[in-house]
Amino acid sequence: MRGVFYILLCWLAGNALSLATGNHISGNIIGMVLLFAALCLRWVDAEQVRPAAKFLLGSMALFFVPYGVGLIESYHVILDNLWAIVVAGIVSTVAVLYITGRTYQILNRKNPGKNE
Amino acid sequence: MNSFISSDLFLLTLTTGLFCLGGIIYRRTRLALLHPVLLTFVAMIVFLQTTGIPYSRYQEATRMLDFALGMSVVALGYLLYEQVERLRGSLVPVGVATLVGCVTGVLSVVYTAKAFGAERMILNSIAPKSVTVPIAVSVSGPLGGNVSVTSVVVFCVGIFGSIFGEWILRRCGVRDPEARGFALGAAAHGIGTARAIEIGAVEGALSGLAMALMGLATALLTPWMEKFLY
Repeated sequence: MRGVFYILLCWLAGNALSLATGNHISGNIIGMVLLFAALCLRWVDAEQVRPAAKFLLGSMALFFVPYGVGLIESYHVILDNLWAIVVAGIVSTVAVLYITGRTYQILNRKNPGKNE
Repeated sequence: MNSFISSDLFLLTLTTGLFCLGGIIYRRTRLALLHPVLLTFVAMIVFLQTTGIPYSRYQEATRMLDFALGMSVVALGYLLYEQVERLRGSLVPVGVATLVGCVTGVLSVVYTAKAFGAERMILNSIAPKSVTVPIAVSVSGPLGGNVSVTSVVVFCVGIFGSIFGEWILRRCGVRDPEARGFALGAAAHGIGTARAIEIGAVEGALSGLAMALMGLATALLTPWMEKFLY
């Protein structure tokens, strides 16, 4: 249960910080950074967070089903912009694959003692 | 009868049940297009349409799942912590590739869609399309995007990347297993990572790292980039 508490506490602190800084970044994302920092600084024991975190991460796909079902009300937004969304999605995904793959490969080669 | 099938408990049970059923169908067929999430989307939409239960009722009933989604974003901090061990010795390629990937991902999708005449609400909805859904909706929501559009587009990008990613990487001359895994996680988040784990342990690990770091970089940089994009 302590894992759940730490996660909720980080989220709460994240919300407070988000509010204090003018809501530019949402509270749960600041909470993610806080949890990461707390784990790295050993303020929080990773063993205690693991079960709760693993459960949440493993069931993440179920949690966003309601958003997807929201299409029932906003499908027209996608249909109105279908080509823009499909083309942009494909172009951008290919671009990310190419750029990150090439960048990583080139820099990795220069690293002595690595694969090649 | 109507109040029974529109109760919170019934709708939550049905959603979870359909998701489990989708998992079974997916494992039997191994077709990426029959992903349990897509099957649940479709089945749930058909159910709401035939019974006439309004989406607002469904949204209210499944508020618990929305809360859990918020918690899982925080839990990604744990994933990041677990993956960061792998950074040792490859800080430069990982750091540079994450930053370049994040900027490329946001700019290319926004400018391409803009060229096709999409309005700002659409652009903000799809700007974080390369990162895992919970982070993507936490980014697009506050920017005034439509979170339903975000989740569906992000999801489809993941499916596309997991199906064609390997082939595209081969065509692009990316042969280093670490680079291939990293690119899959960066472009196709959790779904790409699931595919990368099937390819191999090295690919899977780097893909998980890429997914976590891309999520973090995109969450922090997109609200800032958005100010200069238009």
